[in-house]
Amino acid sequence: MASTTPAEDEATLVAQLRAGDEAAFEHVVRAYGGRLLAVARRIVDSEEDARDVVQDAFLNAFKSLDRFEGNAKLSTWLHRIVVNAALMKLRTRKRKPEQSIETLLPAYMEDGHHEERFKSWDEPVDKLMERAENREIVRKQIDALPESYRTVLVLRDIEGLDTEETANVLGLSVNATKIRLHRARQALRTLLAPHFRSAVS
Amino acid sequence: MKCRELAEFLNDYVSGELPEESRVHFEFHLSKCKNCHAYLMQYEVTIKAGKIACDEMSDEMGPMPDELVKAVLAARQKI
Repeated sequence: MASTTPAEDEATLVAQLRAGDEAAFEHVVRAYGGRLLAVARRIVDSEEDARDVVQDAFLNAFKSLDRFEGNAKLSTWLHRIVVNAALMKLRTRKRKPEQSIETLLPAYMEDGHHEERFKSWDEPVDKLMERAENREIVRKQIDALPESYRTVLVLRDIEGLDTEETANVLGLSVNATKIRLHRARQALRTLLAPHFRSAVS
Repeated sequence: MKCRELAEFLNDYVSGELPEESRVHFEFHLSKCKNCHAYLMQYEVTIKAGKIACDEMSDEMGPMPDELVKAVLAARQKI
């Protein structure tokens, strides 16, 4: 069908997609693709897989435009489709033997007190994250988490799925999801501590 | 409540899901224990730092590569 100018408002844009408007498809892929690729990169391990995921997700979305509900946001709908496609891709990959998370969890003395002494990090989080090098450190350390923990942390704390959705897409119980998220956060804290600990003590 | 138990409840505490009675014990321990207080601060910073660092990544990485846009559009023609 002939191309028109892609519409600014979502309802019209979706109508154009449903009508098979070529320019509307290109507009959607360009407008939403960059962010969706970032989501895929956080979940799968390689750039190649991330690109496959985004392509699969767009094709799935375009095939099921009938199922898109008018009251949802297009970006939110596409986000969910990419998350699912990325998790599917992760399942097809051979799991690497996973390193234990135990060494990254806090240790306690027999009386239940922490073995380690903690001190609040010097700078507030907004200040810490103003520096590109710190943002890079955080992203690297998230990647360093054992996969089954990293996935839960990324879905809950970064991609904003709620506990039930996360449990559903991962095939876990709500309780197991909560425990895994908590351990993942504790492990990430341990990995960040050497970088964010105050220089002057 | 011991430090060990407090750590188990952190998750529910930060999401506001800790039942009233446990929350009272939690906050009482927190008011007495500098170590747990510092741990809680670090735990909260960790959650926020992950979110900020990754949100920024989405913006910093720019648009989707042109060859991938073309590949998606070409594949769509076939469906």
